[in-house]
Amino acid sequence: MKTRPGMSPRLKVLLYGVLLVCCVPFVFPIWWMATTSLKPLSEIFAFPPSPLPGSPTLDAYRQVFELQPFGRQYLNSLYIAAVVTLGTLAVSALAGYAFARIRFRGAGIVFMIVLTGLLVPNEVTIIPLYRMFDTLGLVDTHWPLILIPMLGAPSVLATFIMRQFFITLPAELEEAGRVDGLGRFGLFWRICLPLARPAVGAVAIFTFLHSWNLYLEPIVFLSSKSKFTIPQALTQYVDAYGGPMWNTQLAAATLSALPVLIIFVLAQRQFVEGLAQTGLKG
Amino acid sequence: MTLLLEKPARAPAMTDKAPYWTMRRRDELAGWLMVAPQLAGIVAFVIVPLGLVVWYSLHEWNVLAGSFTFIGADNYAALADDQQLGPVLRATGLFSAGLVVLNLSLALFLAVLLNQKLRGTVVFRTLFFSPVVVTLVAWTIVWGFLLQDNGGVNAFLDVLGIDGPNWLRSGGTAMASVIVVQLFKNVGLNMVLFLAALQGVPAELYEAARIDGASAWARFRRVTVPLISPTILLTMILTIVGSLQVFAQIAVLTQGGPGTSTTVLVYYLYQQAFQFHHFGYGATLSLLLFLIVLVLTVVQWRMRRRWVFHEN
Repeated sequence: MKTRPGMSPRLKVLLYGVLLVCCVPFVFPIWWMATTSLKPLSEIFAFPPSPLPGSPTLDAYRQVFELQPFGRQYLNSLYIAAVVTLGTLAVSALAGYAFARIRFRGAGIVFMIVLTGLLVPNEVTIIPLYRMFDTLGLVDTHWPLILIPMLGAPSVLATFIMRQFFITLPAELEEAGRVDGLGRFGLFWRICLPLARPAVGAVAIFTFLHSWNLYLEPIVFLSSKSKFTIPQALTQYVDAYGGPMWNTQLAAATLSALPVLIIFVLAQRQFVEGLAQTGLKG
Repeated sequence: MTLLLEKPARAPAMTDKAPYWTMRRRDELAGWLMVAPQLAGIVAFVIVPLGLVVWYSLHEWNVLAGSFTFIGADNYAALADDQQLGPVLRATGLFSAGLVVLNLSLALFLAVLLNQKLRGTVVFRTLFFSPVVVTLVAWTIVWGFLLQDNGGVNAFLDVLGIDGPNWLRSGGTAMASVIVVQLFKNVGLNMVLFLAALQGVPAELYEAARIDGASAWARFRRVTVPLISPTILLTMILTIVGSLQVFAQIAVLTQGGPGTSTTVLVYYLYQQAFQFHHFGYGATLSLLLFLIVLVLTVVQWRMRRRWVFHEN
């Protein structure tokens, strides 16, 4: 790519300036979260505010684990998100493949039924969902947090993305597979799925984040602290008057955010380009 | 897995009749088997609950009292009389409209910036995108902390000699604050979609427009916008539907206050059902939420035909 004519050094400086200013509301809160979590209580509302802790301490981090079974809660969030991601991948890849490549009777109607999931966010059905899982005796377990995202409305976007991807594959690929004696599941598993890596990546990323961020469902379904997920646990660090214990909340928030952030920075190309290139393009 | 479906095809081939398991029939079966988990999930977790929402909305149901009585359309009458509903819908509309306008404008602005031929745009792209991967509640808590009366934002304003308001506790600024917090959380997602769309616009078109003497703004308005209009529509739909689901931010930052100024529909529905235990009325509110999502989606889908420049 040749540089554009007319991109003067002056314009460049201006553009960098604008970019840097734009960064502030994105980066500063993350910086502030991490640094405040290391400040002693006396410093967190100090004026003038200091970008770095004067006398850094890990007190807040100790409290995070003393006041709640935070390690347990962290594991809860992790394993729920992992199971939901794997489950969604399986469900959506199979369904997306069938909708894209198999002409079976009723496919059109089934597809319309599945697409209703896009119109009915879980917020709409949270009351009956609560009653259903209550009837089954599964309230205050992790089942609703796993089954609903994996099979219900949130999985539909995943299926749609998979379908959009599988539709683009040329028919010759499958014909070649047929000649080699593969059946439908063989064509899916050996030929099409390995090619779907970008779609799989995109679905995995946004499914994981969706599960990791869930808030309404956990506070509706879970009541014992040892079963809580991270988002729910974060808001539980309050003092005797119900006011937030800021440095403890921020320490827990930092612990929840950092690992995902680090993975993101290391694999940002896959994240960003994967999301941009797959079916989400419309 | 393959063999599972191949076997019956070979076995009964002794008579002169065609084998039952033709390729067509096997495809039928495979198709149904493959969509079965998704279909079952949608029936169990979307269709049936949606039917139950309608059923519940016809009942007076107080969980604490254990009462479940058929009351016909009374909940709908209550909905029409609900003094709170007006403010709630206004807050919902304000949040959605504010968020969509700001989100799409900022996303497009950042995408255009990043699309310039500058060194280091990948770094900036990563920074703008990073809040997307930060735990939603964590992000909300930090902003809640920053927006306290004696918090970071006001401290910095103070250094500049400005006396900032109590952002989350004043009627005028609470909604704006919630919108801004959500804006910076997710604008990176739309930005990335726009960036991909911008990179798909052929350079020759800009060249041609330049030769015709079009200004930078005219090129943006007449070449870029029409060509990326499918992405604009897509991000608009995703952002609007997403904005109607906002809950955690409200619950953490303002609990719907001050007054009811940030009580959006989902938060109101949560309060009615899970704090006041009015499941029947909550279900009526759920239906209202569903109708809003439905109408907005249909309207936007229709706009697609008139407004979107090209489709592939």
